Amino acid sequence: MKSALRLVAIGVLGLICAGGDRNAVPLAAQARTTAPAKAQPAKAPAKAPSAKEPARFGIGRPATPAEITAWDIDVGPDGVGLPPGRGTPADGAPIYASRCAGCHGKTGKEGPNDVLAGRLPGDAFPFARDPRAPKTIGSYWPYATTAFDYIRRAMPPDAPGSLKDNEVYGLVAYLLFLNELIPADASIDATSLPKVKMPAHDRFVPDTRGAPKPAPGAKSR
Amino acid sequence: MKVSRRALLAGAAGVVALGKTAAMQASQAPSDPSKVRGKPSRALGQRAPFEKPQRQPRGVASSGTPHQDLYGTITPADLHFERHHGGVPEIDPKTYSLLIHGMVERPMVFTLADLKRFPSVSRVHFLECSGNFGGRGTATELTPQQLAGLTSTSEWTGVALATLFREVGASPKATWFLAEGQDAAVLTRSIPVSKAHDDALIAYGQNGEAIRPEQGYPARLLLPGWEGNSNVKWLRRIELSDRPFMTREETSKYTEPMADGTARIFSFLMDARSLITYPAYPVTLSRGWVEINGIAWTGSGKIRRVDVSTDGGATWTPARLQEPVLSKAHTRFRHLWNWTGGEAVIMSRAVDETGYVQPTRDVLIAARGVSSVGYHVNPITGWLIRPDGTVVYRAEPW
Repeated sequence: MKSALRLVAIGVLGLICAGGDRNAVPLAAQARTTAPAKAQPAKAPAKAPSAKEPARFGIGRPATPAEITAWDIDVGPDGVGLPPGRGTPADGAPIYASRCAGCHGKTGKEGPNDVLAGRLPGDAFPFARDPRAPKTIGSYWPYATTAFDYIRRAMPPDAPGSLKDNEVYGLVAYLLFLNELIPADASIDATSLPKVKMPAHDRFVPDTRGAPKPAPGAKSR
Repeated sequence: MKVSRRALLAGAAGVVALGKTAAMQASQAPSDPSKVRGKPSRALGQRAPFEKPQRQPRGVASSGTPHQDLYGTITPADLHFERHHGGVPEIDPKTYSLLIHGMVERPMVFTLADLKRFPSVSRVHFLECSGNFGGRGTATELTPQQLAGLTSTSEWTGVALATLFREVGASPKATWFLAEGQDAAVLTRSIPVSKAHDDALIAYGQNGEAIRPEQGYPARLLLPGWEGNSNVKWLRRIELSDRPFMTREETSKYTEPMADGTARIFSFLMDARSLITYPAYPVTLSRGWVEINGIAWTGSGKIRRVDVSTDGGATWTPARLQEPVLSKAHTRFRHLWNWTGGEAVIMSRAVDETGYVQPTRDVLIAARGVSSVGYHVNPITGWLIRPDGTVVYRAEPW
């Protein structure tokens, strides 16, 4: 297949490249083959405006700090954006039982919605060949911070965004405990959460199909 | 009596039972319309009462386009597929605003009226959910809508994201931005800034009117050729950064486990795919000339060629492409075939302008593994014509 030719160009490690689909270069290989200095060649940030088009139109208004704070709820993989507060598995267990267990099961494994808890023997990654392997926080999620970000913004579905920060910390702690990622007496906060080691962290490989994209970022902001 | 009548009509329609009203109206059409004065003008047009194309909801969070009922390339807005993660929000356009902040010189807020004051652009593009594959089981009685209903094409109107990035003074060091919706999922995706300088839009128009609620009213991110989920709807916030945010939708979801034990992340590009929409289940063919036709599309640009086979893939013939072939848009292909009876398998294979060839199921499995069928599954699809003329999906169990 012709696409294989393209792949050869990309496959710096000489990976076997299947026809219609395209394999990606492992993250580690990318890190080695892409010089950090040139990892982020963003296109010319602002195309020179044409003679008829001004650099700025003067449309819109400045955002106030309060407006930004009210909506800026994202949490990055480095922990940037995590609020003050803390929680332990014991704090989260009763909240989980009342707000989460109905959809995710008594211990996070029963469903009917997404299975949240459970590790695979040897932290294997059999998802391409085994459709029954559940993609849990412990088996598939590459970052622990994602759990805080997602629960706070979108859960529970009947009252999204209603949980207080300490409640979210407690829930995250409980879920990490259920996944055997932290001990029962651990406390989760803005400092400890980004440090939780996730078994699947190194499994994720940036897609190399199509146009080059910036590396997911060795840098933090 | 009502039940049997409905069942009868449902069989003919294939997917959805015709409503009682339609059946009554249909039966009331005069035998000679030229002898009856017609209806007066009206403020809002409607489909002919005989035509009842329907999206087909799958659960509460998605519904697909009825490709078997459509012609050409533009999807009527009310038949554009939908997929959402917290329901379809109701947003008052008067209170809507878009915040752009982060690595910018001037954090700014734009109202909908503000967005419409900027220079605008209209372009025809497909949007496709990366989970757009309904053919993994053994079922054969599947329509094009059930196999690939989660792709649609519209003319989108909006402002180039690059224009807004200039307005706020985006830092040249910003390489990623977060796009966030105002739905109950407050859905977020990290997008490379380079896409903004390529062809990204903030769209507020769809096929000449305001975007429909299911497509992100009043404004959405449009990333031509990239997986639907990253085209964040009901867009309320953009934050520029120098690294991605690793949100739930781009880590635990919308990633593809690969056969080599890795998982592909930030897999935005929708690869080339084609689908014969006629003849297809539930059609019954008559012998004689058949115009096989369907749609092809690719996130990499233009469709260069669509090959059609009427012998199960043994031989292939280039189909005619309807001009103009537009970049990152559905392209209609047609191929004349004289069906003389007997069993046959018809299939189509898209080739895009980069030379990428739509893969077979086997090629996909080799790269992705047997269970990796959730996202970005674009196999060559076959229809089995039986000797009695009935047409069914040629199932290829995974």
